[in-house]
Amino acid sequence: MKSAVIVFPGSNCDRDAQVALRQITGQEPAMVWHTESDLPKVDLVVLPGGFSYGDYLRCGAMASHSNVMKAVKDHAEQGGLLLGICNGFQILVESHLLPGAMLTNKKLKFISRNVHLKVENRDTPFSKSITGETIRIPIANHDGCYFADDATLDQLEQNGQVVFRYCDETGAVNDNANVNGSLRNIAGICNDRKNVLGMMPHPERAVDTYHGGTDGAELFKSMVEALA
Amino acid sequence: MTMAAKNLENSSDISPQTIKDSGLTIEEYDLLNAQLGRTPNPLELAITGAMWSEHCSYKSSKKWLKTLPTEAPHVIQGPGENAGVIDIGDGQAAIFKIESHNSPSFIEPFQGAATGVGGILRDVFTMGARPVANLNALRFGEPENKLTRHLLSGAVAGIGSYGNCVGVPTVGGEVNFHKAYNGNCLVNCMTVGIADTDKIFYAKAAGVGNPIVYVGSKTGRDGIGGATMSSEGFEDDADAKRPTVQVGDPFTEKLLIEACLELMAEDAIIAIQDMGAAGLTSSTVEMASKGEVGVEIDLDKIPAREENMQPHEFMLSESQERMLMVLKPGSENKARAIFEKWELDFSIIEMVTDTKNLTLTWRGETVADMPVDVIVDNAPEYDRDWVAPKPQTTIKAEDIPEPSDYADTLVKLMSCPDMASKRWIYEQYDSTVMADTFAGPGKAAAAIVRVHGTQKALAMTTDCTPRYCYADPFQGGAQAVAETYRNISATGAKPLAITNNLNFGNPERPEIMGQFVGCVGGMRNACEELEYPVISGNVSLYNETSGKGILPAPVIGGVGVMQDITKAMTLNFKAAEDTIVLIGETAGWMGSSLYLREIEGQEKGAPPPVDLATEKRHADFIRLSIEEELLTAAHDVSDGGLLCAVADMALAGNIGADLQIESNIPLHTFLFGEDQARFVVTTQNTDALLEAAAQAGVPATVIGKTNASGTLTVGTDLATDLAALRTAHEGWLPNYMEN
Repeated sequence: MKSAVIVFPGSNCDRDAQVALRQITGQEPAMVWHTESDLPKVDLVVLPGGFSYGDYLRCGAMASHSNVMKAVKDHAEQGGLLLGICNGFQILVESHLLPGAMLTNKKLKFISRNVHLKVENRDTPFSKSITGETIRIPIANHDGCYFADDATLDQLEQNGQVVFRYCDETGAVNDNANVNGSLRNIAGICNDRKNVLGMMPHPERAVDTYHGGTDGAELFKSMVEALA
Repeated sequence: MTMAAKNLENSSDISPQTIKDSGLTIEEYDLLNAQLGRTPNPLELAITGAMWSEHCSYKSSKKWLKTLPTEAPHVIQGPGENAGVIDIGDGQAAIFKIESHNSPSFIEPFQGAATGVGGILRDVFTMGARPVANLNALRFGEPENKLTRHLLSGAVAGIGSYGNCVGVPTVGGEVNFHKAYNGNCLVNCMTVGIADTDKIFYAKAAGVGNPIVYVGSKTGRDGIGGATMSSEGFEDDADAKRPTVQVGDPFTEKLLIEACLELMAEDAIIAIQDMGAAGLTSSTVEMASKGEVGVEIDLDKIPAREENMQPHEFMLSESQERMLMVLKPGSENKARAIFEKWELDFSIIEMVTDTKNLTLTWRGETVADMPVDVIVDNAPEYDRDWVAPKPQTTIKAEDIPEPSDYADTLVKLMSCPDMASKRWIYEQYDSTVMADTFAGPGKAAAAIVRVHGTQKALAMTTDCTPRYCYADPFQGGAQAVAETYRNISATGAKPLAITNNLNFGNPERPEIMGQFVGCVGGMRNACEELEYPVISGNVSLYNETSGKGILPAPVIGGVGVMQDITKAMTLNFKAAEDTIVLIGETAGWMGSSLYLREIEGQEKGAPPPVDLATEKRHADFIRLSIEEELLTAAHDVSDGGLLCAVADMALAGNIGADLQIESNIPLHTFLFGEDQARFVVTTQNTDALLEAAAQAGVPATVIGKTNASGTLTVGTDLATDLAALRTAHEGWLPNYMEN
């Protein structure tokens, strides 16, 4: 699988994504600066976490207008895989590549901890090779509370676009497990075509044993296997 | 007469109030006149005032700091540069420093703490290192104090907002509460970075005619007078000093890190220095002083955020995210392209000269011209009067009454403000960005961060026990060093060096100076005995409000290295039926203990003595046991004694323990005494561990086994569910902050 990681001013998980992709795909991902107009020919584009443009104005808002985003949209329109992690998810929402919006976490604070995610749909290129009912990976964000109107949420559910939900360690989806107050415990959604995924938790921080867990690797392996 | 000369003739603009505003005493002002051979103009006076401030000149502390050991074969750079540098093998270096931002954080906690993080990050990446971890040490007033919630929530949010945005994980720290900090909170921030040993950058200007370059943010009117403000106490006037606090922009800092590291990969930089306290003033004169050269700066070339900025505003602004560099001639365009790519200001603001003077021009005139020596090297140095505090009496174990309910006592200790879980705080810090964190907050005795792309890891911690330092500064100073040594050793890493942040009250009071002298003496002793030198640090004096000083807090930041991260040791119990072993001797030392304070309501008594040879022997043994894979968990014993250490390990692993204590001292003093040089470990190989301990001459006592029942018991004297203990331990801080 050939991949590219977009680097915005203020991205800070670009290297983490690069390392995870290198480790799992065995190929060096292309690092693409935000001013570029063209992408190299790749199977997967990653919008990494961080604070693009300082997250001033609104998280992801300015990045969604940066030069490279036209090429990113074209890539997705042509069916290429597009993964937005954390700030990347915020950029996808701001770019209208995914529906809804991100609000400040319910307790109005940054949250950094491991969370359990229930895998709701395995029929996507991002989740098909995940073995367990749940995965455990870190979150680290201030504005990760997913919001959309009821009609949109219903449609997401009907289309199988809800890929990950916050759950407890037994897999139960409930208010206690909903770390940031996201509607319907949503942690990650994809588009109707299932080639664009946005998620707040960080799979790239859980790919090696020294991370204390390797559940994140299964996401990347899913994509490799989906393309094989 | 030229205009230039007019600015530099004997000035009639200096009034007693101008002198007072500069922060200088009348005696210091006279000294400046004598050195200059003329009176300074107001700009020169303001520059000298900032550089001769306690904050910049270390004038009260220098005499004692010089006594600290700073050398070892692995030390590449000791104190005196932006940060210290140690060799961690394989052509790599760890670069680290701790720095205080106490006064700004008390005045405006969010920005004060945020810019504390920003400043210490710059000190580290200035030297060529990529910052890989942040730590901190925070001290606030008693919970009942009306300011405590505000200061704590603001400082924590500020630290988080800055560190999270620049993308450097905050992996460890400590938080204390005490009424002595009601009027002065302490915010000490530490950054650790990693560089290649052949790519380390220093602040020594060189090469007459070489361009001096300003990069980063524009200069505004924020933070003017910060260094001078930080060198005074408060008189219930903290609010009025708000304009002296800087405003941080972590986004720009992130760009600055990437731009500087990109330029550092080229062969372009001769010298580089961040603009911290006293901004452009300190960065220019320090670079010149280290290089024994002069500098000429054209203030019209400084990128300005506001119009009509005056020379003293340019020179004393503490606007953040700015750097000064001397470039190799011919590399200006290459450098400019990099900074423009990162959308940062880049301006050649003049050049290195051979005059050994700081020369400032503004609107075509020379507005200041004075020898760098006068501003830097000839700053006054004081040998302040000091008196040693009266020694506290040693409290006998038998004199402390036994608690009526052991379980209740343990719950009280584990949920008291100093011991309660700090999860509410550390979950606001991104501890896993950069994807190299092996053990963040609460996971191991020290934080463990992998050296990127290798099997090696750094272990790091910040520690200090102010109540010990107050009761006996010498023992307290030694204990702070020893505790970091112990914590790092309990992860399996070899402790290599420390950075220190010496937070004290007003040095003009002999009893405060006595605390300082005592703590430095204890530190010196510990650093020498443990072969664990000081490579960087910071002194924060005048932490007092209306004449009331803080509990002395010489915070130590320690760093160690381990060769194989797969052997890194964490503190949580791993499985039921492991044997729990106490390493070290227990005499039941109750003086100045947490038990005495929290249960008996007394803050008194000589603190536990620190025997450095024993510390070293026991720590060496722990490291060896980890290396030989004899242990399944390891934790140091400190605040709250043995039982609190065991409770920490049980809660972290969610695995209970049954202890059987056989001792001829009273049980409660065995469980809660704070004797030093001790560890609790678990093993599945008891015989081998005990035999190795016997051979090493290290006391090792089996004190029980872990269990699968989720309870913590001590013989028939104590039984508590972990769940109840957890509720109390985890509950205090969120309840306090959110109710």
